[in-house]
This record gives sequence, structure tokens and C-alpha cells, in this order.
Amino acid sequence: MLKDKDRIFQNLYNDNGSDVESSKKRGDWTNTKELIEKGRDWIINEVKASELRGRGGAGFPTGLKWSFAPKELGSRPHYLVINADESEPGTCKDRDILRFEPHKLIEGCLIAAYAVQAHVCYIYIRGEYFIDGKKLQAAIDEAYEKNLIGKNALESGWDLDIYIHYGAGAYICGEETALLESIEGKKGLPRLKPPFPALIGLYGCPTIINNVETIAVVPTILRRGGKWFASLGKAKNTGTKIFCISGNVNNPCNVEEEMSISLKELIEVHAGGVIGGWDNLQAVIPGGSSMPLIPQKTCETLTMDFDSLMAEKSGLGTAGIVVINKDQDIIKCMARIARFYKHESCGQCTPCREGTGWMWRMLERMAKGEASRDEVDMLGDVTNQIAGHTICAFGEGSSWPVQGLLRHFKKEIEDRNDLNPTIKKEKNIPYLIDQHLLDKKNA
Amino acid sequence: MSIRRPSKEQPENFEFNSASLEAAKSIAEKYPKDKKESAVMALLYIAQKQNSNWIPLAAMKYIGKFLDMPYIKVYEVATFYTMYNLAPVGKYFIQVCTTTPCMIRGAHKLVEACKEKISENENKLSKDLSCSWMEVECLGACVNAPMMQINDEYYEDLNKGKTLKILDIILSGETPKPGSYRGRINNEPENNRKTLMDLKNA
Repeated sequence: MLKDKDRIFQNLYNDNGSDVESSKKRGDWTNTKELIEKGRDWIINEVKASELRGRGGAGFPTGLKWSFAPKELGSRPHYLVINADESEPGTCKDRDILRFEPHKLIEGCLIAAYAVQAHVCYIYIRGEYFIDGKKLQAAIDEAYEKNLIGKNALESGWDLDIYIHYGAGAYICGEETALLESIEGKKGLPRLKPPFPALIGLYGCPTIINNVETIAVVPTILRRGGKWFASLGKAKNTGTKIFCISGNVNNPCNVEEEMSISLKELIEVHAGGVIGGWDNLQAVIPGGSSMPLIPQKTCETLTMDFDSLMAEKSGLGTAGIVVINKDQDIIKCMARIARFYKHESCGQCTPCREGTGWMWRMLERMAKGEASRDEVDMLGDVTNQIAGHTICAFGEGSSWPVQGLLRHFKKEIEDRNDLNPTIKKEKNIPYLIDQHLLDKKNA
Repeated sequence: MSIRRPSKEQPENFEFNSASLEAAKSIAEKYPKDKKESAVMALLYIAQKQNSNWIPLAAMKYIGKFLDMPYIKVYEVATFYTMYNLAPVGKYFIQVCTTTPCMIRGAHKLVEACKEKISENENKLSKDLSCSWMEVECLGACVNAPMMQINDEYYEDLNKGKTLKILDIILSGETPKPGSYRGRINNEPENNRKTLMDLKNA
């Protein structure tokens, strides 16, 4: 287990209050000015040396992302945007940072803004987190008052303004370009890439977008050195990470742990074990609902980091672990996730807009045992028609969980769905008529 | 995508009151001068708050004029994002999360409680017209599942009995205490904390 002194988020459970004085006691804002005075290149190199990878799901190296910002400030201003639109089912880590460690985030914003030469930072918070946003706003006001941010912040000669922008219940706005569209006051429809936001982003200006957790760990990395951070975890998967363990466990919780910790340790030690014992475990969704599930036999030895989960054809994503035990109907669980994606598709690309609904309807029928045998393969075909054929990664995010289900639980689906409609009509199944006329109740 | 339709009964006029106007002006300062449209989401929230938790079409027209942007663009935004209510909802607006992490911990029992106490169907007002409820997608408090949101506040670690009690409080016109209903502190593992022990005992 990670030593307590190596935990970055000391106030994860709000033992000591989140105001600026208590934050300073935990070490925030101690030598921020000196860190900034070491210069841009030093900051970016230190972050590169720490091998920090983005905590928002894709795991892109943060130092590399920052180095994409234009070196010279041209006629267009630069922007820093913080993605706090945490909507991935199974994930609730950013909320705790917003409400209990806001000064880590604000300090990280100042350092990151300096590194990418931005004078304005927008923090995009999902609308449902209104109360947590208010707590962050209180911390921002405190920071302005103490000149930690604002004009000539900390007398470092750098001006920084931080503004909160609330979303309004659209999951898709967690996608970085959809988030920019949303800040610009439009529908959250993802943009085609390239051009990447680092060159043409918010209002057509160079923009660096990072997750809350990514930015909040930066001050500690700089203070303790990139080498310290890189010494935790394993190569290319370094540092600490907040894991959210939810679902059928005895003590669901958020906990900060070292990368590459074993999944079994997280569940057994921190979350108090699976309800009904380890043998009652059916499957685990390792990184938020977009990531394919992992069956029990693999969970035994699995370590939680980007690369080893990739090797299992899943992913670390946001590290929101959803534990599903054998009391649950796995097909129903996945059908509900499919309904989530059907609800949240922005509707811009046809494969996703139509396909998410198609997957949901098929899975609902499969959960009831009303599908025919060959439809199981057809479902797999539908997922392949969506993944990779859309503007943003939502196509993959919506089809991967279904593909995971088919990969590991195909037998369960086939056992339940052995109808053969060509021989005789056993039940009145309306899958041959226009389905969405029947869906109105759930639309 | 979800189907979203404006209410059939619409008020004729809408105008910001003085408090809303002041809030709207301070919002506009957040964005560059030539990018006023960015404020549209915040202004829709202000309109929703002023107009007892829903946005009439007149408010969209008013905001369009306020920001010098076409009405259709405001309409697009208001109908795209699900947190803007396009039809009247109760003074207490209850949103029950039923996505998988909540579902496997029994979110359907919360839905049952809402059906018993408020109304049989989603988005229908209760008898005294003070409450309405709906199922929503993940609210981002998965380790506190099952949970629901009432207006701005989160109510976590619920079961059917506790939900019924909360709904009783609301129906009597009071606001219940938000947070965990199993007495746990924030997101820590209940009675099983293994980390940051010095701070806990400090």
C-alpha cells in the first residue's frame, strides 16, 4: 500500500477543511513563486520527466501536450481549459477535488497557465455539480483576495484569471472539442480533428485542455520532483491515481493509490471486498462505463494501469471501477449502459446516433430472452459499424462495453436467446417493425 | 439522443428582473467582449431560476436579444442540454440516477418510492403541484449509490425507506438535509478506512 506521505490528495475525505489556510498547512502555495521563476522549459521538462499521463481517460502524456502550445505568444491569446465535466458512469473523483482540494487545482492552473502562456483559464464543471462548483468559486475568490491569482499573481509578473463555466447535463461535453463548443455558447458537438485544440481551440486560439486531476497533481510533482512521481507505479504508468470503487462492494469509496496496484487489493483491502465474497464476483468494469468489462478469472491477477489493462483489451480510462457480482444480471447491466449512451449521443454522426439506440434495443431484448441466435453476431457487427466511424471517441466508448460483453459473456447471451423465428413464431416480437415508434415511453 | 419538446402552454412575455439582470451582467464579464454568445448557457440558467425552474420560449427570445444572437441558436442550446427544463417542473425537482452503478445497488427502489409518493409517471406533478421526479443518467456520485438530486443538492447512500422519509419532508414543504443518509463522511470507506489515518485522528 502507498505510504500516507506519498499521497497527493491529503484532504480527499475532508478531514481538515478546504479553505486556503488549511490548504497551506498541507503544503499548497508554499513555494509556487519559485517554481514559476524556474521557467517554462523547466516546468514542462519536469512534468515530462514525471511521465504523468492525463487522468481524464485517454492517458495522453501531459508534458508532451503542454509542449504543443506555440512557443511564442502571437496575435491570438492562449487559453487553458480545465475539464471538470465528469460524467462517466462509475467515476466521481473530480468532484472530491473540486470540493475538498480546490487550492491544489487553482495552484495547478496557475503553473499550467504560465507554462502554456495563458492569461485566462476556464474551468468547465458539469451543471449537476453546482454545489461543488460554488465551493470552488469560494476558493477562487479567496485566491484572488490573497493575490494568489489575478493581476501579477504572487508577484511573479504573470496575470491569470480563472472563470467557471457550468455545463448543463451533456455527457458529450467531456469530449474536449465539444467542451470548447459548449464554452462558445453552442451545442456540444465535437469538432473534426485536426486542427487540434493546441493550435486552434477556444475562439480559434491555441488552447490546452486538461482533466482536473491531471492539473491538481502538477504542483506536488514540481515540488517533490518529477523523479519522485516517476518512481511510483511502473514505467510509462507512473504516479498515484484516485480510484473510485463502486457497485457490489461492502465499502464503496474513493481512494488514492499507486498506479499498477492490483485490482484485488483495491477491492479487498480498500473497498471491503465483494458483497458475497470474492467467489461471488462476476465481472469488473475497470475504467468507467466506456471500458470493456473484465471477467472474474482475469481479475485475480490484474494490475490497474494503462498498459496492462490495454493488454486485456480494456483500458484504465478514468479508473472508475464498477464491481458487478453474481446477483446481478450482466446483460441487463450492459443494456442499461447502452441506454446511457443512446441518451447521451449528440446526434452528429449517423453510425453513433442510430447505432447506440440499436444496441440498446437489441440488448434489452436479449436480457429478456427475446432475440434470435444469429442476432448475437449481428450485435457484434453493429458495434464494429460504430467504432471508428465517428468524429469523436464516443463511437468507441459506446461500442466497447458491448464488445466486452460479447467477448466474455457470449455463452450467457446465447443460452438465454435461442429463439429461431424462421421455424415458428413463438412470441410476438416486434423487431421487424419500426422500433422507435415503440420506444416513446423510454425516449 | 433524447426527445425534448417545449411545453404547449407558454407565457406571452419574459423579462429579467433586477437581480437576474445584475447576475447576467457579471456573467458577461467572464468572456471576451466580442464573444458574448458564450454567456448563453449561464443566462438560460438564470432565466430558469427566475421562472420557477423552467425556461419558456419567451425567455429564449429575450436572451437572444440580450446577447445579439439569433433566437434559433438559443433554442438549439436550450433543447440540446438536458438540464434546461422546457416544461414546468415542481418546486422540488427530484432526479433519480438509474445508470448501472446506481442500478446494481438498487436505484429502482428509489424510483418505486417516487412513484408511490409523487406521481405514477415521470415529469408529472404531485397532487399538491410542489414536486415532480424523473430518471436521469449518471450524476457522478457513484461511490454513494444509490442517490438522487433534489434541486441543487445530492442525497446519497439511500434505500427505499430513507427515500420515502425524504419525500415526506419535501411534501410537507421543507428541505431535507443533503449528503449521505448512512452517516458516512464524504467518500471514505465506511468503518474500513486504511489511509490518511493521522489526519483522521488529528
